[in-house]
Amino acid sequence: MSGKTIAEKILASHSLSGTNFKPDDIINAKLDLIMSHIGTGKVVLDFNKIRPSKKRKIFDPSKIVVLFDHYVPAPSERWAAVHDLIRKFVKKQGISNFYDIREGICHQVVPEKGHARPGMLIIGGDSHTTTYGAFNAASCGVGNTDLFYGYIKGELWFRVPHTIKFNITGKLPYNVMSKDAIIKIAGDYTAEVATYKSIEFTGETMENLTIASRMTISNFALELGAKFAFGVPDQKVVDWVKKRTDEPFELIKPDPDAEYSETYDLDVSNLEPQVSCPHTVDNVKPISDLEGIKVNQAFLGSCTNGRYEDLEIAAKILEGKTIHDDVRMIVTPASKEIWLQAAKSGISETLINAGAIITNPGCGACFGALGGLLGPSEKCISSANRNFKGRMGSAAAEVYLGSPATVAASALKGEITDPRGY
Amino acid sequence: MAIVGTKGIKEYKDILKGNVWVFPDNVDTDAISPGQYLDDVKATLNHTCETLIKEFPNQVKNGDIIVAGRNFGCGSSRETAPIILQEKGIAAVVAESFARIFYRSSFARALPVIEVECISKEFETGDEIEINIPNAEITNLKTGKKLKGKKIHPILLNLLKNGGLEKQLLAELKQK
Repeated sequence: MSGKTIAEKILASHSLSGTNFKPDDIINAKLDLIMSHIGTGKVVLDFNKIRPSKKRKIFDPSKIVVLFDHYVPAPSERWAAVHDLIRKFVKKQGISNFYDIREGICHQVVPEKGHARPGMLIIGGDSHTTTYGAFNAASCGVGNTDLFYGYIKGELWFRVPHTIKFNITGKLPYNVMSKDAIIKIAGDYTAEVATYKSIEFTGETMENLTIASRMTISNFALELGAKFAFGVPDQKVVDWVKKRTDEPFELIKPDPDAEYSETYDLDVSNLEPQVSCPHTVDNVKPISDLEGIKVNQAFLGSCTNGRYEDLEIAAKILEGKTIHDDVRMIVTPASKEIWLQAAKSGISETLINAGAIITNPGCGACFGALGGLLGPSEKCISSANRNFKGRMGSAAAEVYLGSPATVAASALKGEITDPRGY
Repeated sequence: MAIVGTKGIKEYKDILKGNVWVFPDNVDTDAISPGQYLDDVKATLNHTCETLIKEFPNQVKNGDIIVAGRNFGCGSSRETAPIILQEKGIAAVVAESFARIFYRSSFARALPVIEVECISKEFETGDEIEINIPNAEITNLKTGKKLKGKKIHPILLNLLKNGGLEKQLLAELKQK
């Protein structure tokens, strides 16, 4: 019998259906953590349907994280009411891991607060829950009914995934980022190369990346269809997580003879910045094909690229300069911690002086319901992860996805611009 | 609050018949359930899928069935995507492949979804379709063409029969 992948090892250690399973089997597995944001509202409504009411019990409140990141602060009376419903529920049920509107995006806050650790099995009511794969956790997004089931039972069904491997080698050129590598992969192998599958990202490039850059890759991997998206399980992960929590954990590494359904190689030594063009993430072109396309808005933020290093590279490009008159640049830090760090280091000042506006941490303009929307003839260069038709306002608007460096250089020039010249 | 009811869930039947809407590849959840209407059921019902097929929200009928290309339901984890299709009367979705979260949420909501290779070429909007769910057999009743899809895992088929995960759990808690 061949060895096990990371996904197979973590599922085996959590399985309630034995360990003699193979890819495509369905097992029940116990959960270490459930993360939910606005979808908690649906959980509360379902919870109140349980009869008799004395059976309304969460399996383990300490294994739940609830936070608000999409509609912060509440942009409508309806969302304010949903927030209110959830706040009361959280208090009543004794969920102490609750982060109100001030903290930031779930996929940044959960690791920052030490909730995502190696070897864990995590579900989240958000598709980009794959992000915690950067911390060697098997984590995936689910819908609200699955969340509800998890809240009550502490377990859920999983289809055992096949695993594919992306081996990334070479040194990323100046101002070319991990975002460019993952967009390149989407373009080369399509938005469904990893549907139902677990990905292991390996290779020297992955090893050399910062944790933040690895999070970008595990986050965007959802756009390839991935169920889990593991970064490299190494000392960097251990050091990062240990700073955030005293909880014990152990790195899970794949067996040397683990079976991969496919292996792909990418050499990034000469990689050009890459851009996902409207209206799918796998409609990818190298930046040289797009230079000169005028943009009206530049968005720097999101769970993909709203971290300190992303703001830092943008500030480096914009330092002492003024963004183009026809561009609105919106910067949304991924968390309060990053927001403060940028304020203290002077990066916020640089960005504001260059003409950007900085918003409170959260999902921001990425999902088209909290300001920063686009009119019918407008174009946006964005560091986020989705460019679907109508995602950021008008269905006639166009969203281009690139790295934070590309967003900053494009804001400066007023058109899609190669950041390697800055 | 977004739509959370279960009234769109239909009673399970082995055989379904209905009129077809053909959808393209990569239908995303923002198209089915746009972000700007997530707090407004009525607006979502009025605007679902309009960026793909303008007349869909007005003309879709109870019992209609969607036939689509690859990667149906990609994008967000918003469960309003399968829910809104059910609320509009959609009885099943047959596609060449499904995005993972849409797939599992469909079973949570007891919306039958079946994977069938190359199916989108075999149908036009308005054709009549027959689906044998347990056998994953699809027939285009207009052309007579028969196709065989991937059989639904018995555990998931059971979820469809039980009316979805929410109903199953609530019933289980009541019995205990």
